[in-house]
Amino acid sequence: MAQSADHVLDHLELFRGPEYQQMLADKKMFENPRDPAEVERIRAVTKTPEYREKNFAEALAVNPAKACQPLGAVFVSVGFEGTLPFVHGSQGCVAYYRSHLSRHFKEPSSCVSSSMTEDAAVFGGLNNMIDGLANSYNMYKPKMICSTTCMAEVIGDDLNAFIKTSKEKGSVRRSSTPFAHTPAFVGSHVTGYDNALKGILEHFWNGKAGTAPKLERKPNEAINIIGGFDGNTVGNLREIKRILALMGIKHTILADNSEVFDTPTDGEFRMYDGGTHVEDTANAIHAKATISMQQWCTEKTLPFVSEHGQDVVSFNYPVGVSATDDLLVALSRISGKEIPEQLARERGRLVDAIADSSAHIHGKKFAIYGDPDLCYGLAAFLLELGAEPTHVLSTNGNNVAGENATLFAGSPFGELPAYPGRDLWHMRSLLFTEPVDFLIGNTHGKYLERDTGTPLIRIGFPIFDRHHHHRFPVWGYQGGLNVLVKILDKIFDEIDKKTSVLGKTDYSFDIIR
Amino acid sequence: MSLATTQSIAEIRARNKELIEEVLKVYPEKTAKRRAKHLNVHQAGKSDCGVKSNIKSIPGVMTIRGCAYAGSKGVVWGPIKDMVHISHGPVGCGQYSWGSRRNYYVGTTGVDSFVTLQFTSDFQEKDIVFGGDKKLIKVLDEIQELFPLNNGITIQSECPIGLIGDDIEAVSRSKSKEYGGKTIVPVRCEGFRGVSQSLGHHIANDAVRDWIFDKLEPEGEPKFQPTPYDVAIIGDYNIGGDAWSSRILLEEMGLRVIAQWSGDGSLAELEATPKAKLNILHCYRSMNYISRHMEEKFGIPWCEYNFFGPSKIAESLRKIAGYFDDKIKEGAERVIEKYQPLVDAVIAKYRPRLEGKTVMLYVGGLRPRHVIGAYEDLGMEVVGTGYEFGHNDDYQRTAQHYVKDSTLIYDDVNGYEFERFVEKVQPDLVGSGIKEKYVFQKMGVPFPEMHSWDYSGPYHGYDGFAIFARDMDMAVNSPIWKKTKAPWKEAAKPKLLAAE
Repeated sequence: MAQSADHVLDHLELFRGPEYQQMLADKKMFENPRDPAEVERIRAVTKTPEYREKNFAEALAVNPAKACQPLGAVFVSVGFEGTLPFVHGSQGCVAYYRSHLSRHFKEPSSCVSSSMTEDAAVFGGLNNMIDGLANSYNMYKPKMICSTTCMAEVIGDDLNAFIKTSKEKGSVRRSSTPFAHTPAFVGSHVTGYDNALKGILEHFWNGKAGTAPKLERKPNEAINIIGGFDGNTVGNLREIKRILALMGIKHTILADNSEVFDTPTDGEFRMYDGGTHVEDTANAIHAKATISMQQWCTEKTLPFVSEHGQDVVSFNYPVGVSATDDLLVALSRISGKEIPEQLARERGRLVDAIADSSAHIHGKKFAIYGDPDLCYGLAAFLLELGAEPTHVLSTNGNNVAGENATLFAGSPFGELPAYPGRDLWHMRSLLFTEPVDFLIGNTHGKYLERDTGTPLIRIGFPIFDRHHHHRFPVWGYQGGLNVLVKILDKIFDEIDKKTSVLGKTDYSFDIIR
Repeated sequence: MSLATTQSIAEIRARNKELIEEVLKVYPEKTAKRRAKHLNVHQAGKSDCGVKSNIKSIPGVMTIRGCAYAGSKGVVWGPIKDMVHISHGPVGCGQYSWGSRRNYYVGTTGVDSFVTLQFTSDFQEKDIVFGGDKKLIKVLDEIQELFPLNNGITIQSECPIGLIGDDIEAVSRSKSKEYGGKTIVPVRCEGFRGVSQSLGHHIANDAVRDWIFDKLEPEGEPKFQPTPYDVAIIGDYNIGGDAWSSRILLEEMGLRVIAQWSGDGSLAELEATPKAKLNILHCYRSMNYISRHMEEKFGIPWCEYNFFGPSKIAESLRKIAGYFDDKIKEGAERVIEKYQPLVDAVIAKYRPRLEGKTVMLYVGGLRPRHVIGAYEDLGMEVVGTGYEFGHNDDYQRTAQHYVKDSTLIYDDVNGYEFERFVEKVQPDLVGSGIKEKYVFQKMGVPFPEMHSWDYSGPYHGYDGFAIFARDMDMAVNSPIWKKTKAPWKEAAKPKLLAAE
């Protein structure tokens, strides 16, 4: 018996002892196991170009790197002050969104559902909506309830009419109740972000579902910023706010969830925290321009904003020197404010850092996967570092770039090897048949790291198995520095690992790198 | 911090009753009436906990419950390692449940084992409009091609499947035939069915009955020589290795475990279970159905057991041994004796650090009662408990064997109620799920995640008890809980902002 009170062994070590190993070996006879040689043979087959070809012909999705629309809707909704997302559909979906967001941010995630069951599926969910809104309103006193859909979309519940009826029945007295249709079988979480944000703006700008006059735009000097779906939303939005403050630009962050996903532990649970004020959301119509940090998270929202007479500009997850340059120049152009010297110095420091370290990164091959904007932003940064983005894969890329278009058609980097609409089992084939030095992606990439030996650098969503990185920015010059350090740390750890065999490879085990 | 320890039973009862009244005030009348039936203060001597259960959740209240799909794919089927489980429908359900339950297994993932892969038919609009059976056929073919060593496939239905009228049973039958009798199991676990995960467990159990047991050849040659000591572990999902730290005890007492349901389990083990002499059932809630079926159809007796904490482990080992001869009975005594020094050492180390601490629980199938003994072995007291998806038979077992007089009972509790209860009762520890964890930690209350053991485990068996004790100690006694208040601010009791 290996267990002891002095040195408690948990799953990391307990099962490696001889007693458990024997037990597991004996268990095999009941499992009807495959012949180990056959397992080895098939494992080898899965690494081949022939397997890759079959793999790429598939309709099946294995380890996709995307989630469904309502997750994005919940993510964007909680970025508004005192807002409770209300998902019209089965309650299991909401349990999943909440746990998914909680596991990434290590934060509470509040959201309710209309708990539709079989009878609601047959007769429609109107009563669930009426009762649900009344309960949520009484219990959680939201300033706003943002209603989106899940299963209800299949049976065609009419959210607009339902909310109207609920209001007539007195379910919700003072809260605003914007809504958006967010079917899980269209697009992905970035689509849901877009739909829900547009739904919220539409509500406040276009007359609150016929209950108020439409707002008339009276242009002012402010700029609206939309962050998009982003695992690093906490760090990134704070960094953007810092930059805007340095430049002295009046602004509204639309869907500012940087507080609610980063509340302190001080004895108080803040179900709502921070967020864009309701009045600011309405007044955002008067802004001079709206800037989207992620083009493919705002495909419908930006045209909607543009129709109201604002300038709109979008970026693709700006990481690194040029992307930040472009952002600052655009901010300066739109606002008429100068870019302060402090930001120029920050730029210089990032360039300095890249120059210092370039020898270790130049020519290294990278595979990247994630949401389309994230892929684009990281690929652009890698090119600045002299690295080669060899595979760029985005499961939800096809929804934004069209079935046959490559992800980066028209990009300034020329033809990048982009794989829109592909999953991580495809990436596995790519990594076996055309190996790279490093992989950048979310937590699920660890399976690829294990299978293919490609070291994983964790950037994206979700990240469950490393803590707190979402609190740091990856946008702007400061964010670029963070990404650079993250990549370098992994590179140096790998070099050390490969050169640490005593008397064999440790001549290269340098203390100066 | 604990108020409970300094109060009399009568005082606690009065406080808890008052607390329930107070919580109900927030609701509209109709809701208050419904919720009142799910909240109670336990009265010693009663045969159940005096709450209604397994009833539809109320819309809009932030129930903690999940759905039938979670009960089938997430709990019962997902851990069967050599079968491919397709999350059939849109991408989300499979994505959110991917790898989050920590069902450990040994195998070559992606080649002969598939637990931590996310297979989905990733429905698009056209599949909803024109039906998804064609896509399912294609998906099944591709699985055969790309994962040739899979021993079977299950189709885990998501909400749309039942709404658009797909015939996944017909597809399963024809594809099974095409692949020479391959096991393909359609599971009708759409998320809108039933009121919680619970119906998903039942549906998943029934699917084993209909699509595996009923297809066994009656005269099939056993793959191994039967012995009089063959048992099956039912309802252990091997979270953090729970089934392994249980199996080792059963084998040490002389039994032979021929199947694990379903943690680290395989299709062959499911198929072999009708040969067992006894089914031992850990999670009663999720697998009593198939146990009863095997009793009726194959005459296999089943017995419930509890491998949390040394008191219940010893009791359970003796109970299980009671079904066998003296050799096994002696074996049970030998095992209890062997581990006694470990138990003594663990209790000597941790009990002084945990004595008198109070706990509130809110968990799933068996734990709202099963872990109470383990806490008591450490000198801790459970002052409130409730089931996410329990039925009346769970509350009966809880009342008759586990909870103390005046324990606060809350069925299908929601965020608002749970926060209020904790705020007023002020336990030293709250044990619940990931959605609750950060809420209570913000309030300064230590919190172990009791669905999938956070990052830890196993908690079952004697080896697991040592880990459980360590984890509870590190939660309760983490130095950080003394630092939640800035020194220049007045120390305040936990409070919450919602609905203030």
